Parts: sequence; structure tokens; C-alpha cells
Amino acid sequence: MNVTIVDYNSGNISSVINSFKEVAKDKVNIEVTSDLNKIKSSDKVVLPGQGSFKSCVDALNNISGLVDTLNEFAINNKKPLLGICVGLQMFADVGFEETETMGLGWISGKVSKIDNQNGKYKLPHIGWNEINIVKDSKIFKDIENNSHMYFVHSYEFVPEDKKLISATTEYSSSIVCSIEKENIFGTQFHPEKSDKIGLQIIENFINL
Amino acid sequence: MLKNRIIPCLDVKNGRVVKGINFVDLQDAGDPVEQAKIYSDGGADEICFLDITASNENRDTIYDVVERTSKNCFVPLTVGGGVRTVEDINKLLNCGADKVSINTAAVQNSKVVEESSKKFGSQCIVVAIDAKKNGERWEIFTHGGRNSTGINAIEFANKMEKCGAGELLVTSMDKDGTQSGYDIELMTTISSNVNIPVIASGGVGTLDHLAEGIKSGASAVLAASIFHYGTYSITEVKQYLASKDIPVRI
Repeated sequence: MNVTIVDYNSGNISSVINSFKEVAKDKVNIEVTSDLNKIKSSDKVVLPGQGSFKSCVDALNNISGLVDTLNEFAINNKKPLLGICVGLQMFADVGFEETETMGLGWISGKVSKIDNQNGKYKLPHIGWNEINIVKDSKIFKDIENNSHMYFVHSYEFVPEDKKLISATTEYSSSIVCSIEKENIFGTQFHPEKSDKIGLQIIENFINL
Repeated sequence: MLKNRIIPCLDVKNGRVVKGINFVDLQDAGDPVEQAKIYSDGGADEICFLDITASNENRDTIYDVVERTSKNCFVPLTVGGGVRTVEDINKLLNCGADKVSINTAAVQNSKVVEESSKKFGSQCIVVAIDAKKNGERWEIFTHGGRNSTGINAIEFANKMEKCGAGELLVTSMDKDGTQSGYDIELMTTISSNVNIPVIASGGVGTLDHLAEGIKSGASAVLAASIFHYGTYSITEVKQYLASKDIPVRI
């Protein structure tokens, strides 16, 4: 099996690479590339993302044909794709970080700044927080409810269809932190930085 | 609910762990990769490496340490010490650091903070503030606490937030290495003046000091000696804090 981590200059992806390689060992081949043919022929795709919504969308668009290839992979061919952090946020129609920017439009909804209640809560939301699993998701196999995951973000993706939300976390409000729509998965938290429990989520995705 | 983070810090020199008393008198004590792994297995919420003498010396050894650690530890790794340019930050991130902490360079040229937070995202930019009480105010120091600057720590903290820092790592130079507790007044003042998380550092000797650090308004507490010399384990710290109704990840 081939799992491709999309390398599109979206910031620091070493930790994502290290964690997938740790889980994959020699059983699964982990590719790190923006090569369109390699993405097309892979079994699963991981879309990481750090920095701002706009910078990640711009970086995707800077690689000619990449967005079309991802659309074909996830929407037409319905192959499994995992978005992490801004990788998840880009599923949305639109994001408002820096300036209004169109997303991939895979899942209707918006990415807006977390309401910090007039400075009562610090942003970014950094650290370990418990996830409330609100819907069975294949990537949560063997993950106990209220497990701690590592977060670092100031923006939140809220999908229009609430049935797509698989987990939330409590901060200044109840924040959407995981989404599943058929073959498309996304986590706002960082499984690659969430210790053994995070590696379990990565393993679940690899084993889909 | 967001948990308060417990961050063991390893001071690294030439690829080896050392722990200084007031930033001088160093004692050699082990391999940083091995130590980091022990901490992450023990429940550390994050690991911090400070390449303490890096401002003056060859620092290529840290890249190898970061690379090996990031392949063995799957919790966030923050690396600081001697970080001067956006390229230095890029190199550390590529080696597997999740966050980079900037001290001297942030004071000398705040553009480094602005540019790097734009380029890599605020989430990976930590500004380290070394502060010392001077009359009624706190003054920041650079170069591992050796050089005074005359700059007010509170004003500098506000400026760094505006420049795009994602977190502030605040160390009291008066308290560091003394094991007499954090400078609570400093932590409270800075954390109430900024809207980004503050990591309290410098002076932990007892479990109560950690509890006081969190009550001061800091989002995370950093300590070196108490973990390094085995006075307390991460688990003991977390159990104690939990018994004081302080939310921690157990």
C-alpha cells in the first residue's frame, strides 16, 4: 500500500512524516511528494497544513494541477484522504484568516476565528484538550472518548451539515475538531503530536 | 477543557544535556534524545531543548539531536538557543522541531519574528523573554542572560505579540537556578497583558512552585532541574497538581 503525504510547501511537515513512518514501519510505503502521478496512484492521501488558511490555499494553487488531482482523488474516485489542521480547514468553501479565501469546497462551511470571548481565552488554543466523540468514525477505532489530543490553532471549521462532525472539544466554546464525510477525514488536532493515542489514529487511517 | 502543560526543559551543549545554575557552572549529564524519550513516555506534554551556549559556539550538533528526537518522541518539541535568522528557524523545523524559540534575535531585530511567523505560522514561533527585576520594572536580557538591554519586559511582550509570536516563554533571571519558585509577579503581569499563552520558567524547586506558576495565569510551566535530577517525575507532578484541582493531562 502507498500512502502519500502531500508536500506543497505548507510549512513544517517533518512531524507528520516521522509519525506516519513510525506507524507504517516496513508494511506500508510512505511517499512525501507533490508529484501528481504519484498522488493519483496512491491508495491514501494525507493533506497536512500549517500557517494561515490563505498561505496553505495559495501554496496548493501554486502547484499546477494539484487541486484538480486532489479533487479527482477524493471526490471523483472517493479514495481515503486525511486532512490535518489547516489541511482539514481547506475542505471548507471559504476561510477568513488574513483575508477571505476560497477553500477546496469539499464540505460546505466556513473557517472563522475562534470566539475568545473578548480576550477571556488565550489564542492560539494551544495544548492538550479532550475530544468528545459525537459520532462513530473509522479513525476513532480503539480511541476512548475524552482522550487528550494536541491542538494548536486560532481558527475553526464549522460545517453546515452538523452530522459530519465526529468530535468536538471544549474551549471558549464547543469547537469542531474532527470531521468524517464518506472517504474524507479531517482532524483539527495534531495526531502526529498526540503521543501514542495520536499514532493510533494514524494507524486507523492507514488500516482503512 | 484545555489542560495546563508540564514542559521539561533540557539544556543542551555540544549535543549533550547539561543543567546550569544561574546559566553558569554546567554539569554534564547525558544524551538528550534518551532523556526526551523518558520524559515523553512519562507523560510530558511537550519537550523543550535549549541550546544554551549556542549564541557563541558552533551549534550544528543540535540539528542532529533534534532530528533523532523527533523520530522517537511524538509530543511537541520546542527548540531554542542561538536562533538568529529565518533560515535557522527553517532548518530546525525541517529537522523535526515543532516550535522554535527566539530570544536575542527577537530583541535585536523584531522582523525575524514577523517574517518567521508569517512564513511558518505563529504556532511555531515562541519568543523567549529573559527578564530581571530592576527597581519597579523588569528588564530583558539577551545572550543567555549575559547582556542587559534596558528594554521593559512588559512592553517587549506586547510588541512580540503584535509581531506574531504564538507563545511567550518567560524566564526570571533572578529566580533561574535558585529553586525558590517562579517570579509570580512577573508571570502574572505578563500573562495579564498579552492574549497569547505564557510559559512560566525559572526557579522551580518544589511541587507547590509549579502549582503557583499555573495559578499566576501561565498556560504552561517549564522546569529543568527537578526533572533532570529526578527530584520529581512527570507523573508525580501531574498527580500532585490534579490533587490541587489544577487540570492536567493524565
